[in-house]
Amino acid sequence: MNTNNTGTVRFDGVVKKYGTVTALKNLDLTINAGQLVTLLGPSGCGKTTTLRLIAGLEMATSGKIHIGGEDVTHLTATYRKVSMVFQSYALFPHMTVRENVAYGLTVKSMPKTEAAQKAEHGLELVGLKGFGDRLPSELSGGQQQRVAVARAIVLEPEVLLLDEPLSNLDAKLRRHVREEIRQIQQRLGLTAVYVTHDQEEAMAVSDRIVVMKNAEIAQEGAPHDLYERPNSSFIADFIGDANLALCEVTSVAEQLAQVRLGDTAYAVPSGDFTSGEANLVLRPHEIRLTPPSTPGLRGSISYAAYLGKEIQYTVETDHGSLFVVSPIANDPFQQGDDVSVQLDQTRMRLVATDAG
Amino acid sequence: MKRTIVIWLIALFIGFAVLPWHMTNDGFLSSEWLVGATPTTALWLIVQDGQWWLIGPLLAGLYISCIQLSVKNPVRRAKLSVLGAAIGLVLTMIQGLIIVRSGPRILNSLFEGTAAIDGQLGFGLGAGLCLISLLFILTNALTQTGKAQGDAFVISMIGLIIALVAVFVFYPVLHILIRAFQVEDGYSFYGFFPRFFSSSIWGLQCLTGGRSCGTAINSLFLATMTGAGTTLLGLSFALILTRTQFRAKKLLRVLTIIPIITPPFVIGLALILLFGRNGTITAFVADFFDISRTRWLYGFWGVYFAQLLSFTPIAFLVLIGVVQGVSPSMEEASQTLGADRWETFRQVSLPLMRPGLANAFLLGFIESLADFGNPLVLGGNYGVLSTDIYFAIVGSVADPANAAVLSIALLTLTLSAFLLQRKWVGKKSYATITGKADSGQNASLSPGVKALCYLTALPWAALTVVVYSMIVFGSFVKLWGYNHSFTFEHYLRAFRIDFSNGWRFTGVAWDSFFTTLTISSIAAPLTALIGLSTAYLLVRQKFVGKEAFEFSTMLSFAIPGTVIGVSYIMAFNFPPIELTGTSIILIIVFVFRNMPVGVRGGIAAMSQLDSSLDEASTTLGANSFTTVRRVIMPLMGPAILAALTYSFVRAITSVSAVIFLVSARHNMATSFIVGRVENGEFGIAIAYSAVLIVTMLIAILLLQLLIGTRRLRRTDRVQQPS
Repeated sequence: MNTNNTGTVRFDGVVKKYGTVTALKNLDLTINAGQLVTLLGPSGCGKTTTLRLIAGLEMATSGKIHIGGEDVTHLTATYRKVSMVFQSYALFPHMTVRENVAYGLTVKSMPKTEAAQKAEHGLELVGLKGFGDRLPSELSGGQQQRVAVARAIVLEPEVLLLDEPLSNLDAKLRRHVREEIRQIQQRLGLTAVYVTHDQEEAMAVSDRIVVMKNAEIAQEGAPHDLYERPNSSFIADFIGDANLALCEVTSVAEQLAQVRLGDTAYAVPSGDFTSGEANLVLRPHEIRLTPPSTPGLRGSISYAAYLGKEIQYTVETDHGSLFVVSPIANDPFQQGDDVSVQLDQTRMRLVATDAG
Repeated sequence: MKRTIVIWLIALFIGFAVLPWHMTNDGFLSSEWLVGATPTTALWLIVQDGQWWLIGPLLAGLYISCIQLSVKNPVRRAKLSVLGAAIGLVLTMIQGLIIVRSGPRILNSLFEGTAAIDGQLGFGLGAGLCLISLLFILTNALTQTGKAQGDAFVISMIGLIIALVAVFVFYPVLHILIRAFQVEDGYSFYGFFPRFFSSSIWGLQCLTGGRSCGTAINSLFLATMTGAGTTLLGLSFALILTRTQFRAKKLLRVLTIIPIITPPFVIGLALILLFGRNGTITAFVADFFDISRTRWLYGFWGVYFAQLLSFTPIAFLVLIGVVQGVSPSMEEASQTLGADRWETFRQVSLPLMRPGLANAFLLGFIESLADFGNPLVLGGNYGVLSTDIYFAIVGSVADPANAAVLSIALLTLTLSAFLLQRKWVGKKSYATITGKADSGQNASLSPGVKALCYLTALPWAALTVVVYSMIVFGSFVKLWGYNHSFTFEHYLRAFRIDFSNGWRFTGVAWDSFFTTLTISSIAAPLTALIGLSTAYLLVRQKFVGKEAFEFSTMLSFAIPGTVIGVSYIMAFNFPPIELTGTSIILIIVFVFRNMPVGVRGGIAAMSQLDSSLDEASTTLGANSFTTVRRVIMPLMGPAILAALTYSFVRAITSVSAVIFLVSARHNMATSFIVGRVENGEFGIAIAYSAVLIVTMLIAILLLQLLIGTRRLRRTDRVQQPS
């Protein structure tokens, strides 16, 4: 299928209010053609509102929205070249799979046979060839999800929108389906906007991630950027787990900040910090635990959980409790053991404390 | 320039220059207006007759055409067109309302010449088309101003429904208000109050002396008793059906449904046959205990009895939903916390049902106030508002002003109950039906409650059975109470077909029977259409003034049929909208009386359809009309069936509004039967009622077959295992 008509999406100062509640404050956002961009954030952060604004299901209170260079701010969903995969899939229960997929084509008065052909092709694309005569209720959840994707892409939309498309699938199926979605998107070169609250899912499928919080963008960038260079404690914690330890920046020289955490000093990439309080980002799997006889931060295990592929510890230290993920060892620590905590200063990051 | 606006402009000019502006006596099918010598189109009337006041639509049409052709900025063009259409509408309506034969005449000096002094006939085809065209130009232009959300289809639908409700609900009620202020010569503001607060309406004499209370007090007392009684009986039935292992549940269900397809006064008739002076039971008791026969049935107790029988099913239908809505897990939680069945019922289930009980009470209250058939047949000297209104119009001393005052009193009561219900009950719902499956078992009733339910509900069910057998039995005997020999005479008189000379329907009932069926069959789909469209707008669309829109569409539910009837003859007996004596007015009255139920059913059904289905359809490029046609309608089968059935049945069984609006040419079954009852011809009245009930049963079954099978197949397909 040929989809060269993908478009960029641009938000210029878009505000959305429901009565007195502000769902989006002044959003500026550009989504480049051919990319899969994820809107990620906790519930109520405005990500779904953003998606519905692109779809035309909600109208902006102020600001401008452009799709493919065209101003669509006042166009309703019917007239935008955008299609959407819904969280509930929203397959029409009284139509067969083929009728569902062909629906968007037939309402644009495409001849029935041609529409059926295109629908068949769309079904083939998602690996459901031969399922056309079934009813949606006769398909499994994963298959229904793929019908919803097929129904959206046969229209060759400028932008494909996906609203938490995996949330109704069981955990094992999720990884498989998200790979498929990503492959179809890349093969067709579609511009896609994907909404989820699951950071792992976002990392796995996206070219770029837009993290939202409290009706505005917290940070945007490639998955790698967000993980490696979080700009706030919120991002550090939200993208991959992180222990945040309050520390003091004492001096900065040549991009390296001298940081005191209790008695110990570390040299950490400084970023914009010059002095004062900051949070040290300590990733759980980058912390090593050694026997108490070795030098390091003193701690004791308050909780240990054996997960097969790894062991998760909660370690109480003078700087708060740390969440630590360790590979399986022959002789794991037990609850109540004293340990010495080893921190790798080359992997540490500094982020602002959220209060500041 | 938008195509739809052009089409409506053309329609506007056709209505103005080609079709007859006023009503024609010969009806529209006769071509008199095309070839006749006298001018009939608005254009001709202006040119030939100098009736310049008709020029509004023409001016608006020309103005809008100019705007559409000359203004380039689409938003500005749309705004100016909205203005033009609005002015055209207002001008047309004002001239229709002030150039009339009688009534208040303002700006008299402006309108000279005999045409203006004589007044004009009602709006005809041309005027109607002009008004509708202007309305749709307005709504279409409104969509293009960018202010309105939603597309042309939705805005036009909102506009149309508002216009219809305004003309056929608010306009007539307004007429009653005006009439109530009318005195012998003109209108008086202060004359109204002494009449409204007179002791014949609100008097409380019955508390102190032997004299009877005011009619409003009578109505109020009756309504309170009926509301309480039907709620208790309904609750008993609902509890037996949902919380016990009672064997004949199906039978109980049927018994509670049948009264809905019974014309309201039929139960009154059956009660007369049983408990009247010559009734079976009266005779039996009188012979057995040797006490003299009385006329106790004619008065408060008779009406109360009949209303309990008539309205318990309504309470039951409300309460069964409420009882089922109480989440089993709440009752289980209560039981695991150590409460026994009685404590659980008293402390958990009952409080959870309280809003539902209040709702059922208020519904029974409103129904009782609005009831007309039972008080008419059984009321005797116990005057209530609804029948007094009737007698004020048709009685020996016709007093429309008094009817208007009584109507306002009745309206005040029902509207208060309606507002109370919405304000108080509407918001406080503990309905616990969520999307999630709620497993578990409802607690069964404690022995005491169970016994109480059985003791009230079962005798009641037995009585219902007796009442209905009376209807069948009574139609086959010669003269009830005197001559109990078997006869087909009543059926023959009513429904004789003469084969001697081809087919001839010579029975006395055929005319009204056919009229009733025709009018109900036309009204039912219209009611369903308007009701469900309104529901769609309310559930699925966002627009300014939605609350007011919902309120005004539900309002006609609170307006008693008698009041509607009176208001219709007051409003539509004269130009500009002259409809009395036609069959159209009967259809209209049914549509707007029964619309609220269609709206409610539609809202309930629509709320169960996930809105993402609509959204999916629109993001796939369908407009609202296509979405409704291809997605919503097919999934709404059951709701459509319910709305159709209900409005059909209500159209056949309704008396109150109809009795004012029937004419010799268009008589309805119910008013025919009431006429027979008033003449004391019980046999034929009951035979006719039995035929009506059977007809409705057949119609319901046919509808089920027609729509129901399609629905069943779908449900089957949907429910196949995934």
